[in-house]
Amino acid sequence: MSDKPRIAVHKFSSCDGCQLAFLNMGEDLINLAEQVEIIHFAEAGPVAEDALVDIAFIEGSVVTAHDQQRIKQIRNNSQYLITIGACATSGGIQALKNLAADAADWPAQIYGQPQYIDSLDQSGAVSDYVKVDFELWGCPINSAQVVELVNSLLRGVSPIDHQDKVCLTCKQEQIVCTLITQGKPCLGPVTRNGCGALCPSFGRDCFGCYGPAENSNTIGLANRFAGLGLLPDEIQRRFKLVHASASENQRIIARDLTQDLAQDLAQESSDE
Amino acid sequence: MTRAAPKPQCDSHPYLPMEAEVVEFTAESPSIFTLRLKLTDEQQNQLYSFQPGQFNMLYLHGVGEVAISIVSDPQDERLIDHTIRAVGRVTKGLQQLKPGDRLGLRGPYGRGWPMQECKGQDVIIVTGGLGCAPVVAVINYILMRRKKFGKLTIIQGVKHSDDLIWRERYDYWNTLPDTQVLIAADHGGAVWPFHHGRVTDLFSKSIVDPANAFAMLCGPEGLMQAASTGLIDLGLQPERVYLSMERNMQCAVGHCGHCQYGKDFICKDGPVFSYPEISDRLGVQGV
Amino acid sequence: MYGSETGFLARESLPELFSLLHVQGFDIVAPQIQDGSILYQVITGAEQLPSGWQDQQQPGSYRLTQTESPLNFSWANGPQALKPWLFAPREVIWRAEKQPDGRLQFCEPDAPDRKLAVLGVRSCDLAALKLQDAHFLNNRYHDPYYAARRKGLLIIAVNCSHPADTCFCVSTGDGPHAEQGFDLCLTELENGFLISSGSETGNDLYEKLPLTKATEKQLHNQLQQKLSASKQQRALPQIPVKQLLSERRDHPRWDDIAERCLACGNCTQVCPTCFCHKEGDLASLDASTSEHLREWDSCFSEGHGYMAGHQARPEIKDRYQQWMIHKLSSWHDQYGRSGCTGCGRCTTWCPAAIDFVEEVNLICGDES
Repeated sequence: MSDKPRIAVHKFSSCDGCQLAFLNMGEDLINLAEQVEIIHFAEAGPVAEDALVDIAFIEGSVVTAHDQQRIKQIRNNSQYLITIGACATSGGIQALKNLAADAADWPAQIYGQPQYIDSLDQSGAVSDYVKVDFELWGCPINSAQVVELVNSLLRGVSPIDHQDKVCLTCKQEQIVCTLITQGKPCLGPVTRNGCGALCPSFGRDCFGCYGPAENSNTIGLANRFAGLGLLPDEIQRRFKLVHASASENQRIIARDLTQDLAQDLAQESSDE
Repeated sequence: MTRAAPKPQCDSHPYLPMEAEVVEFTAESPSIFTLRLKLTDEQQNQLYSFQPGQFNMLYLHGVGEVAISIVSDPQDERLIDHTIRAVGRVTKGLQQLKPGDRLGLRGPYGRGWPMQECKGQDVIIVTGGLGCAPVVAVINYILMRRKKFGKLTIIQGVKHSDDLIWRERYDYWNTLPDTQVLIAADHGGAVWPFHHGRVTDLFSKSIVDPANAFAMLCGPEGLMQAASTGLIDLGLQPERVYLSMERNMQCAVGHCGHCQYGKDFICKDGPVFSYPEISDRLGVQGV
Repeated sequence: MYGSETGFLARESLPELFSLLHVQGFDIVAPQIQDGSILYQVITGAEQLPSGWQDQQQPGSYRLTQTESPLNFSWANGPQALKPWLFAPREVIWRAEKQPDGRLQFCEPDAPDRKLAVLGVRSCDLAALKLQDAHFLNNRYHDPYYAARRKGLLIIAVNCSHPADTCFCVSTGDGPHAEQGFDLCLTELENGFLISSGSETGNDLYEKLPLTKATEKQLHNQLQQKLSASKQQRALPQIPVKQLLSERRDHPRWDDIAERCLACGNCTQVCPTCFCHKEGDLASLDASTSEHLREWDSCFSEGHGYMAGHQARPEIKDRYQQWMIHKLSSWHDQYGRSGCTGCGRCTTWCPAAIDFVEEVNLICGDES
C-alpha cells in the first residue's frame, strides 16, 4: 500500500456537477492522481464505497433513510470529511421542499405508485447528520477551488475558508455593477466569492449560488431591493433559490416581509 | 517620534524572502514549539542583525507567510529562534517542520523594545496568555547582561494553571539574584502554588523601584490596558511603560494596511509602543 | 517653466496627439463605454473616444445617456481610473521554487516596463495618485511593482466640466480643475481642447502639437467652465472632522449605518486612495513551485481584522468606522492630509446607497 493520502468521492442527491470539478481539472487531474490514491469515485471509475480513506468528499444532500445510514458509515470510514457544493453543504435547491407545509404529500401528488418512493420530508445538509471538517461552497464548485483545497490538505494545513463577497471579485476584474447601473437585485453583496463573478461578468445579477458570505447583511440588502421597487414576494424569491436553508437567507424567507416593509416605509415617511 | 525602527536591510525588494534552514525543533508544549533557524546564504547570514522585540516573516512553502517575533539573543551565533504557538493555518504547518527543512525568512521588521534606554534601570515585565514570545527575548537579553540592568520582576498571568509552559524556566529565573518571578492564574488547580487572580494584584509585591523602572508588557489588550494603568498608579512614568501590540500583518513593510491601529502601522511603527503613543486607542472597540 | 502657455488643439487634430504618443512608444489608456459605465481601457486611435455621453450619479445609482454633443469628456467619472493601472488588483510578487534536494529558491517576476499614457485623468484622481505615491513610493519601504509602473506613466488630465451630483472635490480642495501632477492638461471646449503642459515630457509634446494660441474667448470659456463645475451639491463639512470622528465612536448614527451597510467593500475598491491588499499563495499540486500573490483587500473583509484566534473588527459597525475614520482622520497623521479627494465613487457604487458625505455631516453635524 502506498503512503499517498487515500481519497473517496461520494455522491448523494445531486446533479453530479460538483464531481465534474475534479474531472475538468485537466492537467491537474494527472498531477492529483500522482499525489493521492483515488479509492472510490464512481463517476470516474474506481468503486470501493466502504473503504477506509483519509479524505472523503461528499456531493449531494441527504434525502432518504438509506442516505442517513450511508453518511454515518462514510463518516466512520474517513479521517477528514469535506462537503462539496450547495447540496451537501446547505441542502441545495432541493431543500426548497423544506419550505413547503405539505412536502409529505408530494409523492402521492406526483407519482402513480408513491409507495416506491423512499424520501424524507426534508432535504438535509450533510452537517445535519454528521460532523463536517470543511465545507466547499458553490453550485457547482469549480476546479480552482478543488486544487487549492487539496493543496492545503497535502501540506497538512487547514484549507482557506474564502468568505469574502462577490463584489470584491467584480471590482478586481472591473466588472460593471449590475445593481448600480441597471437596478438589478444582485445578491453579490451577501454572497461568497470563488466563482470568479461569473454571472456579473455576463451582465447578469448574482443569484447567490456560492452561499452566504461572512457577515451577510441580508436584511439590509432586502430593504435595498424594496427601494429598487421589488415586491416582498419578489424579494423573498431572490433569497430562496439555491441556499434557501441557510440561516442568513432564512432571515428574509421566514419573515412576514409585506408587513415589515410596510412598517419600515411608514417609519421612513414619518421620519421625513 | 524619537525611537525609529532600524533601517531596513534589504530595500530593493522588500517582499522577497531569504532561504533559511531549520537547525533545531523544540516542542515546548503540545501546541507551542521553537524553531531555530539559520540563513543558508553566508553573506545574508553575516549581514543579518536584529533587536529584541523585532519580528520576521516566516514563509512555509506553498502555504504562506506569518509574522513571528524573534526570541533568541542578538549576539547568538547567527541562529535565529522563534517560539510559535500553532493556532493558525501557517503556524500549524510550521509545527510539522524537521531539522534540515527549508523555509523562507524576511526581516527583521518593526521597532523593538527600548533596551538601550533602560540600561541601568529596573525592569518589570508583565505578560499574559500563552507563551508570550516577544518578552522572552527581553528576559533572555537582560539575564545575559545581568549587571547592566537593575532589579527585574517578571509577572506572568495565565487563564488556567495548565496553560503555564516553561515552568522550570520560571523556577530557575526566580533563583537568580535581583530577579523575581510572580505568577497569577485566573483558575488555579488544587496544587497551584502561585497567586489566584489577576496580574495587577501582584504589582505591589514587585521588587523594582517604580521611580527608576521601565515596564514591558505583552498579552491580550485588556490585560495590557489594566496593567499599564496599574503600573502608572504604582509610580512608573507613563512614557516608560511599553506595550507590544498585535494585528494582522501580511506585508510587514507598511503597505498592506491590515495592521493599522489608528494612525499607526504596527508592523513599521511598532510592534512596541510606549503607553502615551497609544493610550488614546487602547481598549477602544474596533480600532 | 511649464504651464505658462495655453494652446488650442482643434478637435480634428486630436489624432496628432495619439500619433506623437505612439511614436514615443506609449500605449494609450482612455475612457470607453462598456456595460453602462465608463472604463479606462487601451485604445489605438482618437476616433475610439466616446462622444456625447453624460453620467447621472446618485447614491447607489449610475446611468449613462448619449446626446448629440461632440464632447468626449462631458461626464464626471466611472468606477475606476488610474488606480488599477498602477496598483494592480492582483499580481504575483514573487515565486518560490523547490529544488529536488529540498532547497528553496525565491525569484521576483520581471518588473513591468510598459509605457502608458492615460488620457482623461480627473483632478480628484491626480490628488489620489499623489496619496498612492506617498504610500507605495515615498515611504520607508518602496514598492518595486508600483514604482516600475509609475515610471512608465504619462498623464494627460482633462479638467472636469460636468461633475456628478455625488461629487464634492471642491470641498476637499482637489478640483474641479487640475493644478499640478500632470504632463499635459486639457480643457475640453466645443471645438477642441485648451492645452497646457506640466512637465518636461509634457513640454516636448506641447511643442510638437499643431496648436494655435488660445483666444481671449476660449480662456474666458475655460474660466466659466471651472466656475460652473465648482457649483457642487455635496460638501464635506468645513470643521475639524479629523478630531470629531474618532471622538464620536458612540454616536447613534453609526448603528444606523451598520443596519444598511452590507460590508461588501465596494466603497474601498472604487476609492482611488485605498491601498489595502492581502497576500496569498498558489502552489502547484506537486509543490514544486508556488506563486506568492497579492490582491486588493478591504477593511470590510473578515480577513482584514483577523488575528490568530481573535477578530479586531467583528461587527459591520466596527468596519464602517475603520473605513471612515481612517479615510478622514488617520490619513492626516499618516500622509499629511485627508484620504478623501471628493470623487464620490464610494457613494455612487454603494449597493446600499449609503451617502458618505451625508453620514459625515450627520455624525459631525452639531459642530457645523
